[in-house]
Amino acid sequence: MTVTDTAPSKVIGTRLLRREDAALLTGEAKFTDDLVVAGALHLAVLRSPYAHARIVSVDVSGALALPGVVAAYSGADLMALWPGPMPSPWVLTPDMLQPPHYPITVDKARYVGDGVAVVLARSNTEARDALEAIDVVYEALPAVVDLEAAASDAVLVHDELGTNKIYTWELKIGEEAVAAAFASAAHTVKERYIQQRLIPMAMEPRAVLVVPQPFGGDITLYSATQIPHLLKLFVALTLGLPEQSVRVVAPSVGGGFGSKLNVYAEELLCVALARKHASPVRWVEERTENAQATIHGRGQIQDVELAADADGKLLAVRVNLLADMGGYLQLLTQSIPILGAFLYAGVYDLPAAYSFSCTGVMTTLTPTDAYRGAGRPEATYAIERAMDALARKVGVDPYELRKRNFIGKEQFPYTAMTGLTYDSGDHATAAAKAIEMADYAGVRAEQSARRAAGSTKHLGIGMSSYFEMCGLAPSRVLASLNYPAGGWEAATVRVLATNKVQVVTGASPHGQGHETSWSMIVADKLGVAPEDVDVLHSDTAISPLGLDTYGSRSLAVGGVAIDMACDKVVDKARKIVAHQLECAEEDLDFVGGVFSVRGSPSQSMALAAVAWEAFSAHNLPDGMEPNLEAHTTYDPPNFSWPFGTHICVVEIDEETGQVEVLKYVAVDDCGNQINPLIVDGQVHGGVIQGLAQALFEEAVYDADGNLRSSTLAEYLVPSAADVPSITTGHTITPSPTNPLGVKGIGEAGTIGAAPAVINAVCDALSELGVHNIAMPASPQRVWSAIQAANGGMK
Amino acid sequence: MIPAAFDYVRAGSADEAVALIGEHGEDAKFLAGGHSLLPLMKLRLASPSVLIDVARITDLSYIRDAGDHVAIGALTRHHDVEHSELLAQLNPLLAHAASHVGDPQVRHRGTIGGSIAHADPASDLPATVLALGGSLVARSSRGERVIPASEFFVGFLESTLAPDELLTEVRVPKLAGAGWGFQKFNRRAQDWAIVGVAAWRQNGNAGVALVNMGSTPVLATSVVTALASGASVAEAAELAADDAEPQADLNASIEYRTHLAKVLVRRALEAASA
Repeated sequence: MTVTDTAPSKVIGTRLLRREDAALLTGEAKFTDDLVVAGALHLAVLRSPYAHARIVSVDVSGALALPGVVAAYSGADLMALWPGPMPSPWVLTPDMLQPPHYPITVDKARYVGDGVAVVLARSNTEARDALEAIDVVYEALPAVVDLEAAASDAVLVHDELGTNKIYTWELKIGEEAVAAAFASAAHTVKERYIQQRLIPMAMEPRAVLVVPQPFGGDITLYSATQIPHLLKLFVALTLGLPEQSVRVVAPSVGGGFGSKLNVYAEELLCVALARKHASPVRWVEERTENAQATIHGRGQIQDVELAADADGKLLAVRVNLLADMGGYLQLLTQSIPILGAFLYAGVYDLPAAYSFSCTGVMTTLTPTDAYRGAGRPEATYAIERAMDALARKVGVDPYELRKRNFIGKEQFPYTAMTGLTYDSGDHATAAAKAIEMADYAGVRAEQSARRAAGSTKHLGIGMSSYFEMCGLAPSRVLASLNYPAGGWEAATVRVLATNKVQVVTGASPHGQGHETSWSMIVADKLGVAPEDVDVLHSDTAISPLGLDTYGSRSLAVGGVAIDMACDKVVDKARKIVAHQLECAEEDLDFVGGVFSVRGSPSQSMALAAVAWEAFSAHNLPDGMEPNLEAHTTYDPPNFSWPFGTHICVVEIDEETGQVEVLKYVAVDDCGNQINPLIVDGQVHGGVIQGLAQALFEEAVYDADGNLRSSTLAEYLVPSAADVPSITTGHTITPSPTNPLGVKGIGEAGTIGAAPAVINAVCDALSELGVHNIAMPASPQRVWSAIQAANGGMK
Repeated sequence: MIPAAFDYVRAGSADEAVALIGEHGEDAKFLAGGHSLLPLMKLRLASPSVLIDVARITDLSYIRDAGDHVAIGALTRHHDVEHSELLAQLNPLLAHAASHVGDPQVRHRGTIGGSIAHADPASDLPATVLALGGSLVARSSRGERVIPASEFFVGFLESTLAPDELLTEVRVPKLAGAGWGFQKFNRRAQDWAIVGVAAWRQNGNAGVALVNMGSTPVLATSVVTALASGASVAEAAELAADDAEPQADLNASIEYRTHLAKVLVRRALEAASA
């Protein structure tokens, strides 16, 4: 029973415009590189042009002779600054190998872009120019680009490990049942899918500014980061600094998509060099550096097998992954595939017959790490593509096959064979809604007509149904996976004397619109206007407790913490009102910001009056502390489980291989929606990023490990002109796990989109004998697949 | 992404620009809209010592009927070429091609002269002017000369312009009533063409040129010759790549590019023949 159960919801559920946008759209918002600090030294990093090379010597004397240069260091020169290696604390298995990783490498370069030396200069231009005067002698070694070749250990990335395979993580449930199912199933499919590497390409590249205080040794680290709180912790731990001496601020941050959920070399370099030189130090990333030296996403070879009975009902799932770690382990590199390990049975009712294995492999490429969805898009892609393959084998429509396998609405809460509990879901309803919105039957009819007419414009329709495991996360579940930290979020709600509200949140927005959404929650809970709610965040001096923003966690964890803190504020206010009106607390209703005595409405007191009373403290109950403020740290009892069905319709020009998306329908269920406008925005952005993986984007490396798609001319981020209009729909199945009934929505679009698009492409091409195609399904790739299926004709 | 240091001077007229380049020598470059040169400088693939900014020379921005041809000032923005009423009447192919350059921002800054002088085989306008049988006017301290487009493009990013010559005018024929077709195949709207085709037909005459099918824009002479001797559009289009030496890149192999050229020439000619 919460205090506001009787309050009419006024703001939640409305499409309130984002309060953040005026500053962002007019350029008024200040990003890290906009911050003006007098006398800052500029850091530039010399990056290896080789994917794999022994560093024979580094001579920085040429740089030191140039104007404006204050210092230049090789990796060896800097080693004394590092008490230990860069953080990568998630030890997945007891025997996991952890290659050493320092901000500037000393022995070898292990990807094109690996830092080998640095310059500090008076200006960025002078620093960049000085890089060209550093003389590095490299002994080139063979690049390790291909994942299977890497796994063969023919060339070692980290010689001291003796292997490139740093772990094998398994989740095996009912091994005998799996073996029996594959031995006797009426239908089996075995598919191989490649998750190409993706470059996150946040609009704002990374930037760092460190300002040491003139006295006392404290430092302030400004960074374009998603994780000011975790960054503070890891900077303190890694550099051996007292945690209280480090303040981290994330100013306006221009997107992250997981790429800024990390602790980067340049952050540690700026802190260490600012301390060493007793001067502010700043660094800003160039776009090509961003492509080479900020983490990549995906990078997996997925071998997926399904066993099913004669009707296509799933009996067992077997998955083997090779996951590309890149040259080093960044903060969470090794764990990303494991975040998807529980989802390879998708939204389907699978008996206890599941075999998952993932081997992490070092290569001489940019390190991988979290990218929107992080493990879960890969898992969803594999099961949803394999379901289409199974449908073909069984001889039923892909939608029909899915209907036969959905976990039924009546089965929730559903304990999956993995032991996780899916708190809520209704897949059949979401799928049926998407099918209707997309006019599935109509598209199939037109497809048949075109095929009968021999059209060279092939129509295809594809669907994907997904379950997302997000809202990271219950701390005890994280503990069972050896994750070293927790998954809670902190919130403070403070009603000021004038009845204006300050909310302090540990979530750290970088484009999501938290300020708007959080103000809406508070507005309804306290009966104030959303514009009277100020949201403070992203500065560890203002918001000392928090675990930041990633994994679609902000609303389902951080937003819920605010909701609960509001409850505490109202509880305290109620005590004050009961004291002053001399009535029982239980007799007070709180509606629209006013307490009134039930049955005696003339006896009332507005929250505004209570706020002043709490502030003046003239007449509070005995023993009550002044001020109207409450703090909550919320640790969710479960993940949040958004789900939905996406449907894509494509037309393929047989002559050119060009894929045009004619229609895209996304039906997502994220439970109750605080702001449907923001929900739609998240779905749009997510779908475009998934569609981009399916059709446009790929980090292309040559055999020598050179990144050939290192600019926005070659790395094809689609623009508004290149993507379809998206039709969004929703079902609403409130989460029973939290009082707001909300689930995450930040990653859902990305998770649903890629398999829906590629299923559509393969559906269109099926009449030409093409049943699989690598992502991105570029025109050349599609055309070549058609040629190959035709026996190389034309 | 920071260019090497350079000096900057602004020319107030074409004559002053020509005088300035004579003064500063071979390491100087003209800067017009900046959409080709500045990216090269940021990547340090070009490091001119002096930029002579010609972008504000207003008397080189015009589109006029010059009797037997249409004259377009070299500093005319793509946007103005795209929306010219005169070109809509007398040479709609050129106006249409200009509408495919980059994106709206680029079309408001980039100039027709800059694009052609840059001589990028992947750009839309060099091939279009080549297909049209246009010519280019260049001025230097030695005077003015008119260069046929067919002799202008000599290599990758290389034209017959001397280092001290300023491209001042683009001339294209009047082709009122001609059939025309323009095909641009790419993956994103703002990209360079993977393959592009500009084509026109009128009274038994034709012009066809290819975008991004070699180190220069390519005149599809074999296609035009076949059409003249009575080949069908489909037959002629099969010869699309005969005069080209396409290269492979991330978007297209040589085989795929060759195939695309045939498809796109056919489509462009079908539009031009309609």
